[in-house]
Amino acid sequence: MIRKLLTGNGAAAWGARLARVDYIPAFPITPQTEIIETIAHWIGEGRMDSRMTTLESEHSMITSAGAAATTGVRTFTATSSQGLLYGMEMIYTVAGWRAPFVLVNVSRALSAPITLEPDHNDVLAARDSGFLQIHCATCQEVLDSVLLAYRLGEDEKVRLPVIVNLDGFYLSFTREPVEIPDDAKVDQFLPPYDPGETRFRAGDPISQGVAVLGGSQYSYFRYETHLASLNALEIFEEASKEFEELFGRSYQPVESYRTEDAEVIFFMMGSFATKAKDAVDRLRSVGRKVGLLRPRLLRPFPAKAIVRALAGKKGIAVIDQNLSLGKGGILHTELCSALYSMADKPVMVSFIGGLGGRDITREEFYEMVAVTMKAIETGEVPTPRLLYGKEELIQMKGLQSIAKVEQRKGRGKR
Amino acid sequence: MYRIRFHARGGQGIKTASRILGTAFFLEGYEVQDSPRYGAERRGAPIFAYVRASKKIINERGIINKPDLVIVTDDSLLLLPIAGVLLGVTERTVLLIATDEATELWKKRLNLQGLVLSISTQAAVKGHAGLPLLGAACVGAAAQLVGAISKSALEEAIHDQLQPLGKVIVEESLAAAMTAYDQIEAYAGCTTEREDPSADSYESPNWIDLPFEDAGTSAPYIHAAATTLNVKTGVWRSLRPVIDLQQCNRCALCNSYCPDGVISLDAKGYPQIDYQHCKGCLICLAQCPLHAIDAIPEPGQEGEIS
Repeated sequence: MIRKLLTGNGAAAWGARLARVDYIPAFPITPQTEIIETIAHWIGEGRMDSRMTTLESEHSMITSAGAAATTGVRTFTATSSQGLLYGMEMIYTVAGWRAPFVLVNVSRALSAPITLEPDHNDVLAARDSGFLQIHCATCQEVLDSVLLAYRLGEDEKVRLPVIVNLDGFYLSFTREPVEIPDDAKVDQFLPPYDPGETRFRAGDPISQGVAVLGGSQYSYFRYETHLASLNALEIFEEASKEFEELFGRSYQPVESYRTEDAEVIFFMMGSFATKAKDAVDRLRSVGRKVGLLRPRLLRPFPAKAIVRALAGKKGIAVIDQNLSLGKGGILHTELCSALYSMADKPVMVSFIGGLGGRDITREEFYEMVAVTMKAIETGEVPTPRLLYGKEELIQMKGLQSIAKVEQRKGRGKR
Repeated sequence: MYRIRFHARGGQGIKTASRILGTAFFLEGYEVQDSPRYGAERRGAPIFAYVRASKKIINERGIINKPDLVIVTDDSLLLLPIAGVLLGVTERTVLLIATDEATELWKKRLNLQGLVLSISTQAAVKGHAGLPLLGAACVGAAAQLVGAISKSALEEAIHDQLQPLGKVIVEESLAAAMTAYDQIEAYAGCTTEREDPSADSYESPNWIDLPFEDAGTSAPYIHAAATTLNVKTGVWRSLRPVIDLQQCNRCALCNSYCPDGVISLDAKGYPQIDYQHCKGCLICLAQCPLHAIDAIPEPGQEGEIS
């Protein structure tokens, strides 16, 4: 085991290397490209015994990954943002094939307007596809989650592809100390993949992806895939236990941080959750009973664990780094459905923040607690709050005033 | 926790510089987080990078709003509001500038209360390409300023980060870093870790309810054509391509390859560079079959954007 500074992208590449992946279909996109560049470099130097193929699009890349996985080859691929969306048809299709492989998504907000920095609308577009989703908050978690993801997806009770998600810039290009486990221990945790009865072979052809009409057979196949996804909750806990025994790091489907006696809980996903931890520590030091609950697994949704952790809490500040246009925060919706049947459920306040990589400041975490406390005291839940300051709008108006001047100069008054 | 921010132009090696500093801290037993931040991944574009170092686990993430030390390798950035060099700079922030102007002048010009130090670009150790190694010099100075990094850790960090680039670059960078480390010895340890204010009192984020505005205002359109004419992207340039018209045979490859379309052909077919907008990517230099294009360090001649 060595401990060194790695970016999130470097950690993802190390995960693939330690998992001894056989095949990597690839297509570049910022901020993911460093992952496939790193792997290509290792293959070139003979440090990784894998085959990499560059495809002409993410659509072909995901098709290729799914096809390879059905032959029993351990497959790894990575994309981001627009690339994930471009391949979306095949995201649903390969999950239906029950093809287990790992796709690392480096979150980047979606166009338009186009940007490079992260939010979770890209990965959440794949929410209902059948892919399992693991969301990471640190570079260490990225490496470890790639290993856990293979165990999870390849389990015969699951057999589904897995997305491991990390935030662009905040993890992808950020170096942190990461423990790189020893090969032998990883081999023990992650033996070679044996697809058993589901192996597809050219020499022994079977038909896959058959058309079904009338709905009944379709219902069977889709619901079976749903049940397989739900099985992943139990398998994740089993695999995590073994992981902890071997590597000393514990991963639960939902991370709880200082929640035991907490009255107010931050509920959020991704790397900004470490900022929430920082705020929790600082608020605790002045006597506020605050904690953090972070779903690591989004699919399957660990509803029972979340309900358990939130029993008896007074208020929850749900922070969505995404926006379902015309509805609101996606995590807020998911949490409401999980808590609906709970007696004495906590007050839930919805915050939308960090869109397009906008920072969430320490003071904003403090303020979210203050707003939630007020909602607890008064019983009045405020409308969803976009984290957006007065100065930001003034700046926007400044830019728009330039655009108007230019509009007059450019085209004349319209 | 130490919070350090680097500002530079793309191509000056600031991502590497921040990683050398991060690695040096790590070698000294610190928890570290380092990260570059850029939009346009092009030579000359303003970029920044940051390093956090602490004896405890680091849970902060992203942009450093209240830096203990700010390092600027290109003094033209100080006058460019969009570069955000002075964000969160207070009287306790140390500012280190690579500049040939007096620090007193910068203090006055920018109305700064804190300590301002400089590294001379003319006196800095130069690499084999004849350019001052400002990234390496700034890292050397920064390592001294934080007072937590030994010369041996700095040396190991430079080896660790630059080895893939070859022995010459390692040696040159070591020389530049160590020279700056020694030069700034009088200020050893003057950058200190800041005590954070209590969570009991804080400045409200001043959130507003975003008002609805019709699509004529709120759709992300740029209405006017040719707005880039008004943006003098020539200020990005750290190296200036200069065409020797005596050698030029008017093949016009530079004109074809210029990604910004700033090389036009005059009536006789000779190339002319629009220095107001040339970003100094030097693709023209690489393409010129007669090697008739040279690169000289900015600032260039008077009267032109540098």
